Amino acid sequence: MGAFLFFLLAFICVGSVLGMILSKNQAYNALFLVLAFASLGGLFGLLDAPFIAAVQIIIYAGAIMVLFIFVIMMINLRQGLTPEKKRWTLFLSAGLAVILLVEFILAIRGTFSALGHTGGEKMGTPTELGRLLFTDYLYPFEITSVLIIAALVGAIVLVKKKEKE
Amino acid sequence: MIPLSYFFGLSIILFVLGIVAFFIKRDLITMFMAVEIMLNAANLAFITLAKAANSLHGQVIVLFVITVAAAEAAVGLAIILLVFRQKKSIKAEDMRLMNG
Amino acid sequence: MTEYFWLIPLIPGASTFILAVFGRWLPKKYVSWQACLSVFASFLMAVASFLGLLKVSPENLPIVKSLFSWIVSGVFSTNLSFQLDPLSMIMALVVTGVGFLIHVYSVGYMARDKGYTRYFTYLNLFTFAMLILVMASNIVLMFVGWEGVGLCSYLLIGFWFEKNSAANAGKKAFIINRIGDAAFILGVFFLLVNIGSGEFKAINAAIGGGSVTQGLATLMALLLFVGAIGKSAQIPLYVWLPDAMEGPTPVSALIHAATMVTAGVYMVSRFNLLFTLSGVAAQVVAVVGALTAIYAATMALTQNDIKRVLAYSTISQIGYMFIGCGVGAYAAGMFHLYTHAFFKSLLFLAAGSVMHALSGELDMRKMGGLRKYLPLTYPTFLIGAIAIAGVPFLSGFFSKDAILTHAFVQRQYFVWALGIMGAVLTAFYMFRLIFLTFFGEERLDSHAKQHLHESPRVMTVPLVLLAFFSIVAGYVGLPVVFGEKANLFTRFLEPVIKPGHKAQLTVSMEWLLILISVAVALCGIYIAYIFYLKSPRTPHVLVSRFPKIYKLLYNKYYVDEIYNAIFVNSAIKGSEVVYDNFDLKVIDGTINGTAAATGFTGQLLSFLQSGLVKDYALVLLLGVVIFLGYLLL
Repeated sequence: MGAFLFFLLAFICVGSVLGMILSKNQAYNALFLVLAFASLGGLFGLLDAPFIAAVQIIIYAGAIMVLFIFVIMMINLRQGLTPEKKRWTLFLSAGLAVILLVEFILAIRGTFSALGHTGGEKMGTPTELGRLLFTDYLYPFEITSVLIIAALVGAIVLVKKKEKE
Repeated sequence: MIPLSYFFGLSIILFVLGIVAFFIKRDLITMFMAVEIMLNAANLAFITLAKAANSLHGQVIVLFVITVAAAEAAVGLAIILLVFRQKKSIKAEDMRLMNG
Repeated sequence: MTEYFWLIPLIPGASTFILAVFGRWLPKKYVSWQACLSVFASFLMAVASFLGLLKVSPENLPIVKSLFSWIVSGVFSTNLSFQLDPLSMIMALVVTGVGFLIHVYSVGYMARDKGYTRYFTYLNLFTFAMLILVMASNIVLMFVGWEGVGLCSYLLIGFWFEKNSAANAGKKAFIINRIGDAAFILGVFFLLVNIGSGEFKAINAAIGGGSVTQGLATLMALLLFVGAIGKSAQIPLYVWLPDAMEGPTPVSALIHAATMVTAGVYMVSRFNLLFTLSGVAAQVVAVVGALTAIYAATMALTQNDIKRVLAYSTISQIGYMFIGCGVGAYAAGMFHLYTHAFFKSLLFLAAGSVMHALSGELDMRKMGGLRKYLPLTYPTFLIGAIAIAGVPFLSGFFSKDAILTHAFVQRQYFVWALGIMGAVLTAFYMFRLIFLTFFGEERLDSHAKQHLHESPRVMTVPLVLLAFFSIVAGYVGLPVVFGEKANLFTRFLEPVIKPGHKAQLTVSMEWLLILISVAVALCGIYIAYIFYLKSPRTPHVLVSRFPKIYKLLYNKYYVDEIYNAIFVNSAIKGSEVVYDNFDLKVIDGTINGTAAATGFTGQLLSFLQSGLVKDYALVLLLGVVIFLGYLLL
């Protein structure tokens, strides 16, 4: 059961990212991304992180992507953009990406067996997370809240239209 | 009972796909979305390792990453809007004031 | 009194330093006093050392005083040390004595020149360098003095450097000197390598001890002699001396008559053991000297510039000194050097006085009948001329006769004959000069005639003193006819210059030689009298009869032009070729090329600054890939 779920979710995730890459319409791109985030949330759940899974869906899929879609609507471009003309940087980046892939695989090759499996004892309950958050990670927690306020104020100030005199 | 290395592999694939998407796309918004993909790939890796090491620290970090990503998305999109107002275009090639 | 002899060079040296550093702010009067007094102090020191030297027995000679260790390099080491022995003593006395009189004369001669302080700085510097040269105890220090006087010669010849001819003359002197110096320094190297030390004491010991082969001695002696040829203006490196007359007249008197040009003779005398060992070198010296003596005398016959006549005369007289050295009579050569210093500097200074009186005129064709107007210059000039002609009872007679007698004794008849012919010519051209300048009809410029005046006392007193010495200086070296003991000069020099083969001549033969010299001198004077006083048309008649010979002599055998064509022009062309191919192409090319390469590289790399975020991200990615790759491998 778990294996089937994993492969399904993984397939959906990769598929929607691929769809995002291939599609030329920004709205479609955003929607594909929502799908990807949702499946990721599911994957988080498989990994014994229920709280994080919920947070992922609420914030990422629910808030951030909605923000994206709003902006796309405001920009309101009629037509999608064709992909780039064949500049040499394109090929270079593709090549480098492949090399990066290979390097990553090489990097974790040795640890394949050591990682273990899903299942096992339960963890990731909100209680435990909360306890950790308010003791070990208190500073980052508070600072993050300041950061959010800064982002909020900044975003509003940036986008405010100047009052025409 | 899925070996955790599969999740890792998925994370790697997602990351590389994000990089490819960043370089292929021409409009700013989609490039930004590619950045979000990369962030999520990293999150997946963190959670996997948290499970492997059986410690919750990894998950706490993911929490923070999500929060900061949200703030960054807000500000970034605001900037994109401003740029669009100035240049009437969201093509990346049009933003080359720093040329030379 | 010989303990402080090493101060003799250092006193003018200190004066030079003060004048060089502070001269700009010192008043003119102070400069005159300091410059002259420093040389005078040196002279007094020399006299004191001389008196002390007389009491020193020959085994203790030379007295060497080492000031400090100068070069210490591997197996070779040299000290800065000075040497006191009869030879260096004579030179020191001549340099400081005559030098002092010339310094005093210069106070009057250069009084209105705007480079007054610079002049005295250079003059003191010259005295310093010359004293180093003559009092050095090793050949390396002597070379320092050798180069130093060459430098001062350049500075003083080109003293009025705004004049093109003067600047060129200075350069010419220095470059030709350099050619001689190149050979000289090769000789120095050979000496140092073969004998291991530059000290004269050590060199003489090595030669005396037989550790120097004849071939090696010949090589070293010849190389050193080439240096002397350059410095003392003999054939073929004499061409700089006539041009050197562009400098102020006191400079011509001091450097190009009395002291610097005689440095070659001093050097040969210093190495007399080396030259004696190598018979070939000595013969070369004698022949070169003889040829130069007569060659220069022929050129002096036709010159119209009063200083040029004296310049060629100097070249000729130095030839005589080298004859003396070459035939083994080094003492006779030195004797002539000593007397020549007096009468030649007298002649130059008197000529300067004449020029001063005529507001700078030096062409004899514009002079004449001056003896009425210059009551002090005329007699002193005349005394100098009589001395150089070799008339008996004046110094020139004693020294020239000594050289010629020794040449005859050594069976060098060719050399002797050239010497006699040269004597005729010497008497002739000197009195030609006298008659043209002081007798006959006045051919003066009206402007010059208006300002005609005798020179101030500061200039005429040295003239009188020099005239006095030109008369009496010869009596210290009486000819052999008066007995072996009579030649005080040669006896004084014995510790340094061992008397050669004893001359075996009958007394009557000796008197005959003396008579020949006297007759020749009087002959020359009489011919000059006929040519220029009795029937002044005669020279013109001769010139029209032999125009080609006259032209050859007047143009100095075209030697300057030949040198120009062969050496100077090829050097200029060579440097042009080098300039075009190397200077412009390689050196400029490298610099321009570097600039172009930098620009080109910059252009290549400018794509990195495209302003596109994606390109920057690409570079980032590249960096990450490389870094990861490095970590993995």
